[in-house]
Amino acid sequence: MRVTVIDYKAGNLTSVLKTLHHLGAETQVTDGDLSLVGSAERIVLPGVGHFAATERLDSTGLTGAIRAAIAHGVPFLGICVGMQWLYAGSTEAPSQPGLGFFSETCTRFPEGHEKVPHVGWNSLEPLPGSRLFAGIEPGEYVYFTHSFKGPVTQDTAATTHYIEPFAAAVERNNVFGVQFHPEKSGATGLKILKNFLEVSR
Amino acid sequence: MLTKRIIACLDVHAGRVVKGVQFIDLVDAGDPATQAERHAREGADEIVMLDITATHEGRQTLLDTVRRTAKELFIPFCVGGGIKSARDAEEAFTAGADKVSINSAALANPALISAIGASFGAQAVVVAIDARRDPAAKDPIRDAQVFVHGGRKPVGRRVVEWAREAEDRGAGEILLTAMDCDGTRAGFDCELTAAVSESVSIPVIASGGAGTVAHFAQVFARGKADAALAASIFHFGISTSRSLKQQLEKSGVAVRLPC
Repeated sequence: MRVTVIDYKAGNLTSVLKTLHHLGAETQVTDGDLSLVGSAERIVLPGVGHFAATERLDSTGLTGAIRAAIAHGVPFLGICVGMQWLYAGSTEAPSQPGLGFFSETCTRFPEGHEKVPHVGWNSLEPLPGSRLFAGIEPGEYVYFTHSFKGPVTQDTAATTHYIEPFAAAVERNNVFGVQFHPEKSGATGLKILKNFLEVSR
Repeated sequence: MLTKRIIACLDVHAGRVVKGVQFIDLVDAGDPATQAERHAREGADEIVMLDITATHEGRQTLLDTVRRTAKELFIPFCVGGGIKSARDAEEAFTAGADKVSINSAALANPALISAIGASFGAQAVVVAIDARRDPAAKDPIRDAQVFVHGGRKPVGRRVVEWAREAEDRGAGEILLTAMDCDGTRAGFDCELTAAVSESVSIPVIASGGAGTVAHFAQVFARGKADAALAASIFHFGISTSRSLKQQLEKSGVAVRLPC
């Protein structure tokens, strides 16, 4: 299994690459070589930090290449900001559009008594029929670190509650996104990544 | 439900885990990679590795240790000690750290916090604060002082104010060590931890003084800590994170179980 990992200079790829290797995948990293997206067997888009960093996907042509790969049925997984990028955009950077695969917009957790960012291990409620969460029990814990999140919709694959329920994961056909960090979520995270690597085209 | 994190800390000196009392009298406590893997297996939510006597020559040793430790570790991994520049931080991330902890370098050059955060995200920057209450002050908590050099030298800054500045500059978390409690196993400084936690919106990790399950329950409830760090109670088989969390759950603390 060969996984094309997209590098748009939003954080550190080491943990994601290391975990994919642990699961037996080969990886190739691209920060602008569109042929690696065109020939990809699976695509992983990690990312932390500010939504504005996704501008680099547009300026390098990666956005168009990824859109085409998704249309051809290549399994795609966005992690953290990589998941948020699948939406129309985020209020974190209103002038920067996302891919728009999901029509909603990501927003910040409301201010109140709880701290924002949401950092730490929180429990998942997977929704029935999700391929990404096959074999994952309700209440299993994964590691989050974020201030913005996607709303719960019909594409939500798992919900988590912090201040309010939000989309811990999205899934539609060959497109998957996780707000948490599966590469940092112990045995549960490894199982979720393994499910992604094994999802049939 | 968001759980309280139990963080296992490995103090590393010359490539070995060590433990001392108030940063002195060091005892050998094993190989860092082996210890980190054991803690993860035994239910720790996160690993922090601090090179407590970081030197220029020691940095290469540390990076080798980080690389070896990160290889099979699939929970958050924070590395500190000797990180003085964005370049040092980048080397630690490339070696496999998810977060870096900076302390005296951030005090000397507060812009370092945002410099690391700009490239790697705020979540990757932990500002460590070594704190001591000021017994002579009118309000020993509000006036608690920041120390450097293993707790030997005051820097003339108030802890609460420095924590706030660190957050404003883009720190992702605060690692607060109460120096007077460190290594004593007599309990965390709950009042000081609460004062800092209430002053910032980022998570505060309480450190120094862990000895019993009740100490953890107290620092989460009274101390308003988001996470608690411990070293010596785990090292010699006294307790595991799992057994600690099982007991915490019974006293009503939300923890990640099973783990």
